[in-house]
Amino acid sequence: MSKVQGYRRFHPGTQPEYDFPFYASTALRHPTQPLVIVPQTLSEITGPVFGHGDVKPTDNDLTRQHKGAPIGERIIVSGRVLDENAKPMPHTLVEIWQANAAGRYPHKADRHNAPIDPNFSGAGRAITDAEGRYRFITIRPGEYPWRNHYNAWRPAHIHFSLFGQAFLTRMVTQMYFPGDPLLPYDPMYMSIPDEKARVRLVSQFDWEGAIPEQALAYRFDIVLRGREVTPMEDLLGE
Amino acid sequence: MSLYASGSQTVGPYLHIGLTWLNTDRIAGPDVKGERVVIQGRVLDGEGVGVNDALVEIWQANAAGKYAHPEDHQKKALEKGFRGFGRVPTDAKGRFRFSTIKPGRVPGLEGKPQAPHLSVTVFMRGMLKQLSTRIYFPGEAANAQDPLLKLVPAARRATLVARRKAKGLLEWDVVLQGRNETVFFDF
Repeated sequence: MSKVQGYRRFHPGTQPEYDFPFYASTALRHPTQPLVIVPQTLSEITGPVFGHGDVKPTDNDLTRQHKGAPIGERIIVSGRVLDENAKPMPHTLVEIWQANAAGRYPHKADRHNAPIDPNFSGAGRAITDAEGRYRFITIRPGEYPWRNHYNAWRPAHIHFSLFGQAFLTRMVTQMYFPGDPLLPYDPMYMSIPDEKARVRLVSQFDWEGAIPEQALAYRFDIVLRGREVTPMEDLLGE
Repeated sequence: MSLYASGSQTVGPYLHIGLTWLNTDRIAGPDVKGERVVIQGRVLDGEGVGVNDALVEIWQANAAGKYAHPEDHQKKALEKGFRGFGRVPTDAKGRFRFSTIKPGRVPGLEGKPQAPHLSVTVFMRGMLKQLSTRIYFPGEAANAQDPLLKLVPAARRATLVARRKAKGLLEWDVVLQGRNETVFFDF
């Protein structure tokens, strides 16, 4: 038998709209025609499979990618990748990127006059374990200005890219820090309509995960689209 | 138990820092069977300007119509090392290009075969969540019966079919707005 389970639509209010005027760059980059609603097929419920061979064991430590130690506050960011049914997503790829402690990216498009840290590239990756857990060692990223509106600053954040078990569970999101006063001014954060869903993007201070005299810790769970409870039709016609 | 899903957020302008390591513009290696094809195109914004910071991801079956995924239970051969995943960023003019093999037909609804296609996801700054679309192949009789194409208004179907530019070379653009706006899917 090859019945497969499709994926539920997201709970309303958890996802942003394409056209979101507060984020100015959406103006010329959102579709103006409605999306065409179509059923899921084998093409959508499958997706690329990555394994431990795709990442090096050291890829999750952003503080050891260069000769010297990066400037800034060393932190541990860990959590689980789950779906909406609270099912862990084992052996799935997690990619992250972030600014350095001064709020600067080593990227040609970043013209912010904060210093580049020669010991910090700001990219990491990991494969989740059998329980869907991941862990990164990094530097707390700095806030930085951008030109969306007058006196616009991005709150401190880490970009997360995830795959899950299907091409339609692909998700790119951002992790924020608890108590950041910039959050209510941020179009990205505020683009999530439902407040409970918005809060899901804020990591939690993780006192128990801290390493004494070494690093504070934050927990950040990521929740991807969940499966339908009942199997969908037999996709293969068997 | 039910959890609130994480909200999607934009990849922003600095996506290359985290994502370039997995760039794959040759989806099928030399050992993979099938008709070789290069697909190139541009990602264009609402003013027709090339988007220089977009990322295109591709997912596809092999020439037999088999996905490299544990939930594809078809009894079809799969080449070792064929993942079927591509990731290509756009260049300064919004152009992208990748090489692959034309996929076979994969099952659709009620087991009826779909026309050969590539699944495509597009990310960019100014986009808070990705867009999903497909690339179909020109001159393919199966396109007329494809269960997804049939759900697309006839006048817009051409946006999903690549154009033949030369032997083995296809063109397909992502047009975000306006005339010839690409059809994007909500699965």
